[in-house]
Order: sequence, then C-alpha cells, then structure tokens
Amino acid sequence: MNAFRLYGRYVSVSIRAQAQYPAATLLLTAGHFVATAIEILGVYALFHRFGQVRGWSFGEVALFYGLINITFSIADILTRGFDVFGTDFVRTGAFDRLLLRPRTATLQLIGYDIRLSRLGRTLQGLAMVVLATGLAPIDWDPPAVALAVWAVAGGVALFSGIIVLQATLSFWTIESLEVVNVLTYGGVQAAQYPLNIYAGWFRKVLTFGVPLACVAYYPVLAILKKPDPLGAPDWILPFTPLAGFAFLALSFLAWRAGVARYASTGS
Amino acid sequence: MKALLRPYVAAFRARFLLMLQYRVAALAGFATQCWWGAVKIMVYAAFYEAAVVAAPISLPNVITYTWLGQAFLALLPWVADPEVGMAIRTGGVGYDRLRPLDTYSYWYARTLGWVVARALPRALLMFAAAGIALPLVGFDAWAWRPPSGTEAALLFVPALALMIMLGVAVLMLANVVVAASLNERGVNAVLMPLVVFFSGSLVPLDFFPDTMRPFLHAQPLAGLVDIPFRIYFADLRGLAALEGLALQAAWTLVLVGLGRFVMGRMMRSLEMQGG
Repeated sequence: MNAFRLYGRYVSVSIRAQAQYPAATLLLTAGHFVATAIEILGVYALFHRFGQVRGWSFGEVALFYGLINITFSIADILTRGFDVFGTDFVRTGAFDRLLLRPRTATLQLIGYDIRLSRLGRTLQGLAMVVLATGLAPIDWDPPAVALAVWAVAGGVALFSGIIVLQATLSFWTIESLEVVNVLTYGGVQAAQYPLNIYAGWFRKVLTFGVPLACVAYYPVLAILKKPDPLGAPDWILPFTPLAGFAFLALSFLAWRAGVARYASTGS
Repeated sequence: MKALLRPYVAAFRARFLLMLQYRVAALAGFATQCWWGAVKIMVYAAFYEAAVVAAPISLPNVITYTWLGQAFLALLPWVADPEVGMAIRTGGVGYDRLRPLDTYSYWYARTLGWVVARALPRALLMFAAAGIALPLVGFDAWAWRPPSGTEAALLFVPALALMIMLGVAVLMLANVVVAASLNERGVNAVLMPLVVFFSGSLVPLDFFPDTMRPFLHAQPLAGLVDIPFRIYFADLRGLAALEGLALQAAWTLVLVGLGRFVMGRMMRSLEMQGG
C-alpha cells in the first residue's frame, strides 16, 4: 500500500470513529465555528467606530482574516500528531512503537487523530471570504483563485513547519511546549490584519523571522490588485508563499536531527 | 465564625499552593499574553491615528485596558474547573458529599484557589514587563499606566475582588453543568466565546454600536473586565464607579444564588460514577 492510500485509511478510520457520535461532532464543530468567529466582531466594532485603518476597509481586512483562518485550520487538522507529540508520544514512550513500524514516523503522525470539529474554523474562514467578496472589490478571476489556493498552501506549510519544530523541541523538553502557541494562534491573530499597520520591528519579525506576511499579506495584496504601501515590487508578491515551504523544509531537517538523537523515555 | 470558615480556607490554600507549582505553564501563558497584548496595541494605535475623536476611550487608556486584560486573563471564567469534572467521573464527588461541609462553598473555595493561583504569577510578570520594563526601554506610549488617581486606585481594590468572585460564581454554574452532563467540552465551547465577547475582553464594550451599549453595560459579564478596568483609569468615577461596583456585587449574589439552586437540584438526581 502506498503512502497516500495509507493516509486515506487513517483519515477514514478517524472519520468513522467520530461519526459514531454525530451529535457531539456537529456540536463541537459549531462550537469551534463560533469560538473562532468571535474575533471578527471585535474587528467589526473597531471599523464601526473608526471607518478605516491606514487605508484598509473592513471588507479587505475580512479577506485577510478569512484566508489566514482557512490556512491555519487545515494545518491544525494535518498536524495534530505533531502538536501532541511531546505529551502523547515522547513522554509515554509511544514513539518507540511508531519507529518499529515499517512506515515513516511522519506519515503515522499526520494520520493521527484527524479532528473534524476543526472544520468549524475552516467554514468560518470561508464565510469571511464570502463576506469580504460582498464588501470589497475582489475580482475572483482564475489567477486570483489560483493565487489564493497557492497562498493557503504556503501558509499550511508554514504553520505545519512551526508545529513540527514544536514537536522537535520536545525531544529535549519531553513535553509539548505551549510557548509555540505564540507563533500558531498568535500568528493567526497577527496575520488577520494587513502588515502595514504594525510597527517596523514587528513587520521584520513577520517577514524574515516567521514569514507569516509571505503567506498572508503579500499574496492577498496581489489578489486585491493593490500595490504594497510598504513598497515591495508587484512582481514578487505571487512568489512569496514559497517562504512557507522553505520554512517547512528547514523544520523537517531539524526534525530528522531530533529523531536521530531520540532516546526512549518509556518503560 | 473562624472555625466555620477554616475548612474552606484550607481548601483554597491547598489548591492555591498546588497550582503555583506550574511555573512553566505560567511562563508560556505570559509569553503568549505579551504577544497578544503587543498585537492588540499596535492595532489600536493604527486605528486611533486617523480618527481620535471617534474613540470612546483615549489611546493610553485603551493600552492600559489591554495590558490589564492580558494580566488578569486567567481570572476569566472560560473553562470549568477540571477537578470538578474529574470528581464527577471518578465518583470522587461522593467523598465531597460526605464531608460535613456545604458542597457549594467547598467547590467555590477550591475553584477560587485554582483561579487566583493561575492568575497571580502571570499578573505579576505582566506588570513587571508592561508596567516597569516597557517605560524603562523607552516605550512610554505603550506602557501599562498606574491607576488614574488615589480614588481610582482605592476603588479598583473592591472592583478586582468582585471581578474574581463574580468570575468564580460563573465558573460554579459551569461546574454544575459539567457535573450534570459528565463532560466539560460542551460547556467550555459555549462559555469561552460568551465570556470573551460580553466581558469586554475582546474590545472595550463602548466600542460596540451605541444602541447596544445600555444592554452591554447592564449584563452580568461586564463586571468581569469592562467595569473594573474602567474604574482603574477613572472612566467610571464617583457615583458611576459605585454603580459599577453595585452591579458587580448584585450579579455575583444572583449567580451564587442561582448556582446553589441548580446545584441542589443536580445533587438530588446525581448518579455515582466509577467504582
């Protein structure tokens, strides 16, 4: 069985398990939808008072908001195994069992516990993109759609990279580090607004440190067909999501180094 | 009186000291809250620069509001006490019922200890960072400011106490629902967005459209963030501040009464789990 079919099996097992409790799954999904959508009310309240922020309208910010939420929700679904890796695999010694199986640990971890309830955030993000389309002049021609998909793919790679790094650190710390939430949930929070409203040092962090701006701000500028108020040339905007894949590649290099030095903790 | 209170004080102390052990969790929470606070403040600053007149609260006050909110985030009642859920599932609640104590007060004291111990180290760290370190490195404009005057400082003490007691009263209602449904996920999923929105933790309640303001200021959750923090920077002062305190106290009493009532009904039909 090839890796893709095996992953399909993992997905179907997870879904069937959750389908045993349809009401609970639906309620959790709805709860996740509401919990992640609440933030837009705050954004709306600010726009209601002030009208605009550095030239951005509510509709345009809703597009940033929607796309980054879709992006994060997909990464969240794919990387659950890495997210709980320290607590559920390293500390318990369960990782030993993964290593004994004739498949890569990565495949087994991304197939671990695919949570349908997280689709609540995906749906919420999609709803915001629809709202944005109604409010702002967004022309969803094929290049714009392709660009959105490409940006989301780059973002999924970036968030996955962050969570893989978190898992890698747990080879040393023997537990999942919650501090990484700063970059995941905090990253979503920061990328909900266009980059040019932040202070200079923070823009540098978001572009060159953890390249969130490369998967959210720059490609969305290209979708809105707006020139960058900070002066990045137009031609570079569609290429920026590559940074997300580069980040993921580096994370997996670190991951491999971690696996190589792994010494079991279990009994 | 003292002898009567002693078991509850002991329950509070035990839980408080236990929770203080979790230093790594406190540091992680602190780092996350610094990031959150910084992002929120930059967003406010950007909005304010175009139209200051439109704002119901001045920028320095909104910044202080944001830091206070991050510092006291762990006081907000958005997850039911996990130990209550555990006691229900393991049957440990049986022991709680056998103690010669009032179960509501006993759980209230323990939940209070849990909440305060989680909040205290984070609040101190946040004050050191946003109140002392930020002005020292030259970010005066972004700093957490001291209370606006002696009156505000004196009024903030009871406001903070009531904020904590109100929050625990809300949590006790959540605890009862957890006990009745044997599961905390549902309650937490509902509680979190409600508290974030209605307390003013998301944005100060005055930012919402004017037509909603009378309702938003009167509902119980305003006493968790909006009222105490506006007392801190004297946006509510004099009679208005006293009204705010009265509202906090009244809602605390109502919610405690309601909590005792539903808990009494729940306990009558409680089925023991575990073995």
